[in-house]
Amino acid sequence: MKYVLLFVDTEQFANELQAMGPAERERAYERVNQWFADNAGRIRGGSKLQEADTATTVRLDGGEPVITDGPFVEGKEVVSGYVEIDVADLDEALRMVEAWPGCPVVEIRPLAPAGP
Amino acid sequence: MPGCRNPPAGAGGPVTEPSHAELARVVREHAGRLAASLVPLIGDFATAEDLVQDAVVSALQRWPTEGIPRRPDAWLFTVARRRGVDALRRNSNYRSKLEQLQWLIHRDPDSEPDDRLRLVFTCCHPALPRSAQIALTLRVVCGLTTAQIARAFLVPESTVAQRITRAKRKITEAGIPYRVPGGDELDARLSEVLAVIYLLLNEGYLATAERSAARDLVDDAEWLATLLHRLMPADPEAAGLLALIRLHRARGTARFDPAGGLVLLQHQDRSRWDRTEIAEATRLLTRAAMRHRPGPYQLQAAIVACHAEAERWEDTDWEQIVLLYDMLLHLAPSPVARLNRAVALRYAAGPRAAMSELDALADALDRYHLYHAVRADVLRELARPDEARAADLRALDLTANPAQQALLRERLSWT
Repeated sequence: MKYVLLFVDTEQFANELQAMGPAERERAYERVNQWFADNAGRIRGGSKLQEADTATTVRLDGGEPVITDGPFVEGKEVVSGYVEIDVADLDEALRMVEAWPGCPVVEIRPLAPAGP
Repeated sequence: MPGCRNPPAGAGGPVTEPSHAELARVVREHAGRLAASLVPLIGDFATAEDLVQDAVVSALQRWPTEGIPRRPDAWLFTVARRRGVDALRRNSNYRSKLEQLQWLIHRDPDSEPDDRLRLVFTCCHPALPRSAQIALTLRVVCGLTTAQIARAFLVPESTVAQRITRAKRKITEAGIPYRVPGGDELDARLSEVLAVIYLLLNEGYLATAERSAARDLVDDAEWLATLLHRLMPADPEAAGLLALIRLHRARGTARFDPAGGLVLLQHQDRSRWDRTEIAEATRLLTRAAMRHRPGPYQLQAAIVACHAEAERWEDTDWEQIVLLYDMLLHLAPSPVARLNRAVALRYAAGPRAAMSELDALADALDRYHLYHAVRADVLRELARPDEARAADLRALDLTANPAQQALLRERLSWT
């Protein structure tokens, strides 16, 4: 089954990362790289996203498209990246996510089957 | 119900007109087994479950007048298959699988592999909300109908139906597996299952006389715990939960007076307790304890066993109970367990010791009626009647349970 893992940052997490010294931050990135290496066989693609303040949202439900600055939900939790994975079932996805060493929230969303 | 006008061939003739309990027992024994064998066969949890539910609804309509067939498993299977072939016209793959299918009649049900454990773990998967875990487990594993679940929980039938539909959709679309979790996962997953059974016990145990449908949930809880203990005999917490349920049941009849009023432990007629059942549950608990893996359910059962083994209220070993609460709080800290410890402390060390514990819980339990009821009791013992009365009134304010309200009103009328 294919899923997308949506990585979610919180304000607190961003602050903690900011407060780290260079060596400590290096170790944090190292743990994340290790996770990607451990799961390389399951990961089909994905990317880190630019900061949420670079987002542009377009609303099309009001006649004319309305363009606004910022993400579609304003909040303390923002999507900061995603990967697509291919695993046997939700339990395998859960095992991956439970070992994730980065941001504090991850949403697991199954991909809809292709076709009509 | 559709698709079942005639008795399925080979299912045997009726025996006698069955009672409500007999019907529930037979359905419980067979519906889950049927679901467990249909899910891997059809390869789709939701479809298999629909077929079983249909068969159960048919059985509950027909068995009361026609009697329970000699082979209830074959009867349910035949209805489910016929209904499946009918309903799955569009999916030729399922249809041909079902058409070829024969029910294997086992001479000895104990010799066949029991697949219901997978069913239980799927229904109680942590990716499902608790309310859905409960509804699914009751329907899929215990063979309850949506209407029966709705009656037991006093919620509209459509609410239960929605919960189940949504949960089944999630199982399929989010890829929740049909498997017994292995290794590291097992403990966490098992505690989800135990939590569901424990909630059924509480819901049934706390139900008042007016809610007899909820009281049946204790039967379901005991049955599920028995199943789990049989399928996972090495797990001490599964055994502990089963012992806990049996210890409660052994004293069940003494908890209510003839008018349906609640009788406190202190005033119960202990000659009505089932001593044989208590001794058996205690043996089960002792065997579990020998594995040296204590857990919250074993400890709660041990506390209840201390009460159950006392011949008279005065014989209660309060020091031992306080000790067990200390262990319980160490493993699973909770304000309610601390409140119960304070009650034991009152008898083991006196009201002053209990009061200082209660004061420490004031913030955490301010909205909990039993906190105020216990506090009222201790205040009365400390000769502070005005505060006691205020605490009782606060407790009365906070509970919706008629049996508990009656008890509190009675106490207020004495003071």
